[in-house]
Amino acid sequence: MLTVSVYRYNPDIDYEPYMQDFSFDDEGKDMMVLDVLEKLKVIDPTLVFRRSCREGVCGSDGVNISGKNGLACITPLSEAVRDNKLVIRPLPGLPVVRDLVIDMTQFYAQYEKIKPYMMNDSVPPEKERLQSQEDRAKLDGLYECILCACCSTACPSFWWNPDKFIGPSGLLQAYRFLADSRDTGTKERLTDLQDPFSVFRCHGIMNCVQVCPKGLNPTKAIGHIRSMLVKDSL
Amino acid sequence: MSKVRKIEFDAVIVGGGGSGMRAALQLAQSGYKTAVITKVFPTRSHTVSAQGGITCAIASEDPNDQWEWHMYDTVKGSDYIGDQEAIEYMCQTGPQAVFEVEHMGLPFSRNESGRIYQRPFGGQSKDFGNGGQAARTCAAADRTGHALLHTLYQGNLKNKTVFLTEWFAVDIVKSDDASVAGVIAINIESGETVFVASKATVFATGGAGRIYASTTNAHICTGDGIGMALRAGYPVQDIEMWQFHPTGIHGAGTLVTEGCRGEGGYLINKDGERFMERYAPNAKDLAGRDVVARSMVLEILEGRGCGKDGDHVYLKLDHLGEETLNAKLPGILELSRTFAHADPVREPIPVVPTCHYMMGGIPTNVDGQALTLDSEGNDKVIDGFFACGEAACVSVHGANRLGGNSLLDLIVFGRASGLFIENQLKEGISHKSVSNDDIEQGMNRLNKINNSKSGEKAPVLRSELQTIMQNYFGVFRRGDYMKKGIHKLNDLKARVENVHLEDKSSAFNTARIEALELQNLFETAYATAVAAEGRTESRGAHAREDFQERDDDNWLCHSIYMPGKREIGKRAVNMTLKTMKPFEPKVRTY
Repeated sequence: MLTVSVYRYNPDIDYEPYMQDFSFDDEGKDMMVLDVLEKLKVIDPTLVFRRSCREGVCGSDGVNISGKNGLACITPLSEAVRDNKLVIRPLPGLPVVRDLVIDMTQFYAQYEKIKPYMMNDSVPPEKERLQSQEDRAKLDGLYECILCACCSTACPSFWWNPDKFIGPSGLLQAYRFLADSRDTGTKERLTDLQDPFSVFRCHGIMNCVQVCPKGLNPTKAIGHIRSMLVKDSL
Repeated sequence: MSKVRKIEFDAVIVGGGGSGMRAALQLAQSGYKTAVITKVFPTRSHTVSAQGGITCAIASEDPNDQWEWHMYDTVKGSDYIGDQEAIEYMCQTGPQAVFEVEHMGLPFSRNESGRIYQRPFGGQSKDFGNGGQAARTCAAADRTGHALLHTLYQGNLKNKTVFLTEWFAVDIVKSDDASVAGVIAINIESGETVFVASKATVFATGGAGRIYASTTNAHICTGDGIGMALRAGYPVQDIEMWQFHPTGIHGAGTLVTEGCRGEGGYLINKDGERFMERYAPNAKDLAGRDVVARSMVLEILEGRGCGKDGDHVYLKLDHLGEETLNAKLPGILELSRTFAHADPVREPIPVVPTCHYMMGGIPTNVDGQALTLDSEGNDKVIDGFFACGEAACVSVHGANRLGGNSLLDLIVFGRASGLFIENQLKEGISHKSVSNDDIEQGMNRLNKINNSKSGEKAPVLRSELQTIMQNYFGVFRRGDYMKKGIHKLNDLKARVENVHLEDKSSAFNTARIEALELQNLFETAYATAVAAEGRTESRGAHAREDFQERDDDNWLCHSIYMPGKREIGKRAVNMTLKTMKPFEPKVRTY
C-alpha cells in the first residue's frame, strides 16, 4: 500500500487548506500519477483536478508531484514515489481555486502580453509563405509549448513578480515569434519587452528547464531575446 | 420570472477545438460579438492530439496533384455514403483554408523548396486510383493538431473573440417556434448557471470516443453536442460509424499516427510477417483504416498476435533510422517511450485497433446548418442551429474517414459555418423569443442532478457503459450480440438518468460535470447501438459477421436516428456535384 498525500481546499466549506492522506493500492503497477488521481476520485468524488488528453500534449494536469512540477499523466509512480509516499500539490505561486486547480489568469495574461500571433502586414501570397528548412528548424524547441505553466510556477522570479515578469513560458513564446522568418513584428516585439521587468527579471535559475515536461529550454530562448534587446538598444 | 442570468451574443460557438475556433475566428474578424463556450481552456481541446497532418491537394510534394484526386479517394474511403457535394466543397476549398492557417503562422514542416511538407497517408492515390500512392498530408512534424490549435487560438486572441473558458453547456434552449435560442451553461469555476442567448448557436463539441473502454480520445470527448441535440429532439446521422484506428498503443490507448506508416513503417505479426501484404496487396499498410484495423484483429484472432497474451501486433519503425525518426516523428518517440516502454529507434511498438473517431453526428448542409427531417422525410433546416467538426455529419467521411481529413474538415467547415452566419447576421437576423418555460426546460436535467438524493456514482456507471460498448459494438459486430448489448443498455438507462451527485458544492465541481457528461455519453452510445443493429450490411467501419457484404440496393444511404422513436430511418446520399459527374459505387479494394 502506498500513501498518497493530496492538497485539499474547497472554498465552499474549508476555512484553510490541508493535506489529506489516502491509502492506495497500486497493484504493483507503475501507473501514471493521473491514473492514481482518477482512481481516488472514484473513492472521493469531491477531489478536483484538471485533465484532458492524458498523453502529455494538452497541458491540463500540471501539478506539483513530490516537490517537482510536472504533468500527472506522463509521470509514472516510479519517478514520483519516495519512501512509499506520493505527495501531490497544486502548482505553486498562483491562487488555488479548489484542491489541485489553480487560477491561471496571471499566467495567461503574460502569454497574451507578448502578442502571441503572427505579425506580417504584407499582402499574403496566393499560396503559402515560403520558409526554408533551415529557418523552420529555428522554431523547433519553441512552438511545442503546451502552456501547462509547470515552468513559470517553478520560477522564483515569476513568484515575486507574476504581474510584471513575463515568465519562462511567455518568453519562450515571444522568442518563437521573434525567430520566425515569416514574422515582421520584431521591432514592435522588442520595444514591448524593453523594460526592467519583462525579460530582465530572469536570473538564469533554470528551474524552468529542469521541470519542462516537453524538454524545452526557456532559459536559452530568454538568452536569445536578451542579445536581441542589447543589439536593438545599441 | 426565471432567476437565471442571461447574456447575449450575435453568435455562440460551443466548443473551443479546431472547428469551433475556426468558426469563431471568421465571425470575430468581421466584428460580430462572438463567444466560445469551452469546458477546457481552448488549447486543451482534443484537436491538440492530432498528429499526422491535414490532407489537402496543395500540390507541394507533387506539382500535378489535383483536388479531384483527393475527392475520389475520399468518396471511395467513405465506402460511398459520404455526401459528394460536401466532399467536393471540402477538397476544392481545402487549399485556401490551409494557406490561411499558414498565413496565420502555423509552423508547418517544409520541403527543400520551402513549401509545406506533405507525407503519404492511407487511402491516398494519384489519378483517380490509377497513379499509385500520393503524398498529400500537410504536416507540422507529428504535432500538426497542436500547431493548428495553438495557431487558431492565437488568431482568436488577435481578433478579440470572447472566451467563456471552463464553462460547460448543459442543454439547448429552444424558442417558442422550435428554433434554437441558445444554451444553458455553467461557469465551472463559480458554479453559476447562465442562459447564453445567441442569434446563431454552433455546436463544435467534438467526438465521443469515451463511450468505448479503449480509445485514443481525451477524457473530455463525451459527445456533449450529440447528447444535447438528441435531448432537444433533433436527429443524428450515421452514428453507427466509428473508426477504430489501427495503431493505438496497446494497454494505454494513446494514438500512434498513421504518418508512421506514411514514412515507411509497417505492421508485423508474431512471426515477423508484414501481414498487410496479404490483405491489401497494392496499398499494403496504407490501405483504408477500416481495412487495416480488421486485418489486425483477424491476425490476433487467428493466433498470430504478439506478446504473451497474443493480443496485439507490432508497428516496426527502427529500419527508418534514428535521424528520420527524430526529424519526422519526434512526438511518437516520446509517446512510445512513455506509454509502451519501447524505444522505436530499436524496437517495435505494440499496437492494437482503438476507438478513434465518430464519423456520424448532427446532420448539416455545407453551410453548417443543422438539419432534421419533416414528417414526409424531407430535409428541414433547424433555425438558429449549426454544427461543424467531429460533432457534425456534413458527411465528408461517410462510413470511413481517411487519415488527415479530420483536420481539413475542421478548418473548411468551421470556416464555412462562420461565413454563412456572417452573411445571415449582415442580412439581419434577431434573437429568438424565449419564455420562462423554455428556459426551465433547458434547466430540467441540471436541476434533477443537483437535487439527486440517491443513486449510483457517475464513474461507476460510465465504466459499465464503456464495457458494454467495447464488448458488443466493437470492430466486428453481430446481430444477436448487439441485441444483447441493447438489452444491457436498456437496463442501464434509468440508472444513468438517476445518477447521484453527492457533492453539491458550487466551486469547480467536476463531479457535477462528469455526471452531466455521463448522460451525454449514454445518449451517444444508445444511438450508436440502435443504428449499428439496424444497418444490416457491412460498409466501411461497420463490419457485421452476419451481413458480410455491402448492400447498395438497401443501404447506399445515411442512417438517421430519431430520438423519440429510438429507431433508424434512411436519408439519401447527396450525389449532386457542381464540377463533374458523381463517382458511382465500385467494389472497394486497396
